[in-house]
Amino acid sequence: MASGTITSTEYIQHHLTNLVYGKLPAGHVGHDGVMLTQDTWTFAHSSQEIAAMGFWAFQVDSLGWALALAILLGTAFRWAAVKASQTTASAPSGLANFLEMAIEFIDNQVKDTFQHKNPIVAPIALTLFTWIFLMNTMDLLPIDVVPKIAAAVAGNDHLFFKVVPTTDPNITLGMALAVFLLVLWYSFTRKGLVGFIKELTLHPFSAKNPVVQAIFIPVNLALELVNLLAKPISLGLRLFGNMYAGEMIFILIALMYSGGWLIATAGDFFAGLGGTLMFVGGGLLQFVWAVFHILVITLQAFIFTILTVVYLSMAHDVADEHH
Amino acid sequence: MNITATLIGQMLFFVVFVWFTMKFVWPLITTAMAERQKKIADGLAAADRAAKDLELAQDKATAALREAKEEAGKIIELANKRAAEIVDEAKQQARAEGDRILAAAKAEVDQEAHRAREQLRKQVSALAVAGAEKILAKSVDQKAHSDLLEKLAAEL
Repeated sequence: MASGTITSTEYIQHHLTNLVYGKLPAGHVGHDGVMLTQDTWTFAHSSQEIAAMGFWAFQVDSLGWALALAILLGTAFRWAAVKASQTTASAPSGLANFLEMAIEFIDNQVKDTFQHKNPIVAPIALTLFTWIFLMNTMDLLPIDVVPKIAAAVAGNDHLFFKVVPTTDPNITLGMALAVFLLVLWYSFTRKGLVGFIKELTLHPFSAKNPVVQAIFIPVNLALELVNLLAKPISLGLRLFGNMYAGEMIFILIALMYSGGWLIATAGDFFAGLGGTLMFVGGGLLQFVWAVFHILVITLQAFIFTILTVVYLSMAHDVADEHH
Repeated sequence: MNITATLIGQMLFFVVFVWFTMKFVWPLITTAMAERQKKIADGLAAADRAAKDLELAQDKATAALREAKEEAGKIIELANKRAAEIVDEAKQQARAEGDRILAAAKAEVDQEAHRAREQLRKQVSALAVAGAEKILAKSVDQKAHSDLLEKLAAEL
């Protein structure tokens, strides 16, 4: 806890609020009580301001970390690729070896799941898996460390700063939507417009009788549209939900931990004993949950990747093939 | 949880990142890895071949060694045989030579003995004649009694 003056609710709220840069509409009364006369791009100072910004806002911390990790990954992979192409005669070692293992792993997964020919799928899978994995891993950093450093650098004690990009639905849904657009694109190009419409209208119910078939068409369309739209939403929200819940538990454990510290230092002997227990227990829990979370982090990155490959594979399937 | 323009930003990042991976990472690294795989496979095959070659060479060496041993054995046997033969020959020669020397010696001894006997016989006959002359105190006609004397000498 930052100081004794903020409540648990505030602590949690603070940890769940992004650093947002966005457009405050004209007429908004700012935190300093001044009414804006025109649309203004600025950092939000409170969740009310974030709400007032609406759609035109950027989660600077999420985007920043996502971009920073992407640059880190891209550099590492580029380095490994160049190194691999220069030293095919000798065995790879250290980081290069690890990255090559990751690439081989993804390559095998994609080959198993995706039977069509498309050079874009394997790079997408590699990007998604490693990137999401790294973004999730940010969750393992002690929850207060990076925000505190950021606050110190910015010189603002109440700076909002979230570290784990995948706890932001914008990030996960952004990737899911991009995947969805690719699914739509390949559905159109591989099946043709007619084939795609057929797939949406003639399954799962079909009949020989044309009248019955005509009745089935709207039913099929409704089912298949839900099926289609559920893909990106479930893809994005699954990752978001898991990481958000994981971070929430980290926050709660941190609360218990620092709360224990406060009670232990209150003076009373029994309070001191109970507080110490909470403090030590909180520390232990933090460790246990972090170890368990390693599994969640990897699993969620893997699920997102494999589902993406499966969806793309389904988009490539021509209807006649899977009867 | 509010959807904002961050969504679009993340989509853009994602597209750029995928493009980067597809363009600058994936082809390079998969080609390199395939190449290395091929090299490793080749190396393993070469190692296999070398192992087979080694085995073959070892077999050959063992065979050559065995042959050489056999040959050496044969040569030793032959040499032994030849040596025995030489010894035998030498023995036979020696024996023959000895026999010959013995025979010659015997012959010489016989001759000497014969000669001595002849001399003795002559001397005995002369002694007998001289003795008889002295006994009879008269000259005995040597010619008239030579037959008698010779008979006496032969009896000696």
